[in-house]
Amino acid sequence: MAQLSDQLFVVSLFCHLVAMIGYAAAYAVNVRAPHRRLLTVGAAGDPATSGDTVGPVTREAAPVQRWAGGVAVVATIAAALAQAGALTTRGLAAERVPWGNMYEFILAVTLAGVLAWLAVLRQRPELQPLGLYVATSTLILLGLAGLRVYTPAGPLVPALNSTWLKIHVSTAALASGVFLLGFVTATAYLIAVRPARPGGLVSTLARRLPAPAALERLTFRLHAFAFPIWTFAVIAGAIWAEASWGRYWGWDPKETWAFISWVSYAAYLHARATASVRRTTTAWLAIAGWATMMFNLFAVNLVIAGLHSYAGA
Amino acid sequence: MSTEDRETVTGSGAAPAGVAEAEPPAAGGPTGGAQPSRVRRTPPPLALLRNSWRQLTSMRTALILLFLLALAAIPGSVLPQRNINIENVNRYAVEHPDLFPILDRIGGFDVYASPWFSAIYVLLFTSLVGCIVPRLRDHVRALRAVPPPAPKRLDRLPRHAVLTDSDGDLDRIAAVLRKRRWRVVVRGDSLSAEKGYLKETGNLLFHLSLIGVLLGIGLGSWYGWHGNRLLVAGPDNAFCNNLQQYAESKLGHRVDSSDLPPFCLELADFEATFLPTGQPSSFLATTVVEQGDQRPFRASFSVNDPLRLDGASVYLLGHGYAPILRYTDRNGESLESDDAFLTIDGNLTSEGVAAFPDVNLDPVTGARNPDLQVAFEGLYFPTAPDAPPFVRSTYPAERSPAVMLFAYRGNLGLDAGIPGSVYRLDQRQVSSGKLKQIGEGKLLRPGEKWTLDDGTSVEFVGTRQYITISVRYDPGERIVLISSVLLLVGLMPSLFGRRRRIWFRVSPAPVDATTTGRSSLVEVGGLPRTEYAGFADEFDRLVTATRPERAGGDGARDDERDDDERDEAPRPGGARPDGARPGGATEEGTD
Repeated sequence: MAQLSDQLFVVSLFCHLVAMIGYAAAYAVNVRAPHRRLLTVGAAGDPATSGDTVGPVTREAAPVQRWAGGVAVVATIAAALAQAGALTTRGLAAERVPWGNMYEFILAVTLAGVLAWLAVLRQRPELQPLGLYVATSTLILLGLAGLRVYTPAGPLVPALNSTWLKIHVSTAALASGVFLLGFVTATAYLIAVRPARPGGLVSTLARRLPAPAALERLTFRLHAFAFPIWTFAVIAGAIWAEASWGRYWGWDPKETWAFISWVSYAAYLHARATASVRRTTTAWLAIAGWATMMFNLFAVNLVIAGLHSYAGA
Repeated sequence: MSTEDRETVTGSGAAPAGVAEAEPPAAGGPTGGAQPSRVRRTPPPLALLRNSWRQLTSMRTALILLFLLALAAIPGSVLPQRNINIENVNRYAVEHPDLFPILDRIGGFDVYASPWFSAIYVLLFTSLVGCIVPRLRDHVRALRAVPPPAPKRLDRLPRHAVLTDSDGDLDRIAAVLRKRRWRVVVRGDSLSAEKGYLKETGNLLFHLSLIGVLLGIGLGSWYGWHGNRLLVAGPDNAFCNNLQQYAESKLGHRVDSSDLPPFCLELADFEATFLPTGQPSSFLATTVVEQGDQRPFRASFSVNDPLRLDGASVYLLGHGYAPILRYTDRNGESLESDDAFLTIDGNLTSEGVAAFPDVNLDPVTGARNPDLQVAFEGLYFPTAPDAPPFVRSTYPAERSPAVMLFAYRGNLGLDAGIPGSVYRLDQRQVSSGKLKQIGEGKLLRPGEKWTLDDGTSVEFVGTRQYITISVRYDPGERIVLISSVLLLVGLMPSLFGRRRRIWFRVSPAPVDATTTGRSSLVEVGGLPRTEYAGFADEFDRLVTATRPERAGGDGARDDERDDDERDEAPRPGGARPDGARPGGATEEGTD
């Protein structure tokens, strides 16, 4: 079973890679018409809409784009299934919830991110060009998980043997996954609002992205969705810490960084609600928030020792 | 605080609150008539004070303080902290002798108790209070007030519609809106409705809960206490809850050592199970508790499952072995030691000292001979390797226990009054020659005896288990927990709620419109007071639902749906140009 889990992990890596290439191909042939939303068609597309596109999009490009995009979305779904399978079989192999170490946690986070992405894509097929960024970030994280922090399936130490593991870690992973997607949309927004400079890489990337306002609003939605979940995860962690270590808060490095992330995202939400703060500034705050999440995941787990040091266990 | 209202305060610098600013005079109360007072001059010191206060409670300051708070928390995760791990701090002091005093002076090793960290959160909370108190007042007023009258020009609002086919029956429209939980008031020929008060309620609840969390933390640090110690199994090693019994303890500012609740604890049994790999799989400590007048009772606890007593909880932190060594001196007297050996690795290799200062006494006077004191320093292996070198245990459970002892005789240096580790011999005594090693090290298995050069002997009798525990009391916990739950409850409507207003005005129909057979024209205006991309859809649905033909069954059909799915969908007429700031644009309509 543990072996099957590892194989499924490789399958999901491969699928993400295919998805990334597909998204990239679709991205390459897609050019956003000025002040018009190009309706890119996903797996279950509506061919009628593609005829509406005007402006710099050549009519020959549309089928290629549709085809590549379709492959990408199907590959993303396959990757999500494989990843869910990898986690499930790992849970079965170890007879516990499959988020007991860093490797499994990253798998769970990226799975949450990919599922959130598929949910967004279902509602707004026109955001499909973002898939390139989603697939790239996911692939990087999964690659790091597989190469750097791989841990064989095994039972948990008694300290982790608690109902709160199920609640605290699963919600933390879910919130992190949605924050990951929020990071992707915030980055895409910052790229999209860059003033057009002919020949520049960023403006080339920008021209192929959905409208900035839509990206910005989606960024806010994702963060507004993830923030209460993250808050809950921190509270659940505090309740667990009380039962396990005797205090609900002790400034353990992991706790500290969870707090830093919480404050960063709170700052993002406050800035977002303030009319006089520029939207590019708020997007940067979202990215700073994700930076703290990444520091918490990698630096705190692998470099700074603390009570949460279960990375290798 | 998290809305654009706060920004309006600093932005304009005139009206006391953004909420009131948008409010027409009728509902504004005292704030509505603020206009003339602006002419009055304020004495400079007062003006400075007022401006500083405004500056402090402004959103910009709050954002900067939030950012600083995040930044200030970082050093505490990078540098070792006294309240978390004092040994690491001491090690840091040794490793960085130049840097340590500087960092220490600025509070680098007590970040979360340092003046600068405290300053940031105190300022942040002051700013928060300064912001939510006026808003609380405004919100209470808004909750009790009726929606404001319709503005003159409804066509200037973000959403606007003209119904030529309406019957102009405002009471009927009011009923439709009330059914959708709008707060409605009809004034003559116009109707005002508002919805989404819960957003601000949630927002205020969230921020008030933060204050609750802070109060709970404060209460805990004032009235809480904790003590850590090691507890060896057996009735002789039982301890009672008082300060002297703890190896390390901390009392809150308002706690006196006599306030500790009386109870006694004896470790009756400790059971640890391990996987074949040596990874622990379960711990269970069984204790005998004596509390107050109750009869002693047995209670078990474990990791993640503390022992809850009246006024304190006992947490299991660790465990290990205490070898029982029996030393028989020159007079034939036997003494036993069961001092705990500290574990140094995952297989529970343990190191420690068994000291016998009161042996080889003068047979006549009973006086202590400082040169004939005996101590054994050594390692304990729950599972000793089959062959030398005996330096490491190979498994954490006692499969083949053995102790590796090094004997010392001489002056242990215990009388000097210098505090030293009880797990190591005083090396100064060894290097000065006052304490001499006798022979080589010796491996003893249970029951084995080692006779030293002077005829005295030491026997490895067996082991006792020990646990390390933390005994804690924090009266603020409950407040923090309740506040956290309220915080979460407030967060949802604060993030997902939407305040919006809608107005209907009936006017006599123009002459050329009489062809419809109606006698009135209804104008509708909508104003989202917070960012709400789906407002256009809701507005359209409401307008449709209030049409007389569909007021009955159909109105119920497209019931209030806060769905956001269609927000991004292109819609005719209602779309804002890309890049517009919905939050900023919305309030302009009332001017």
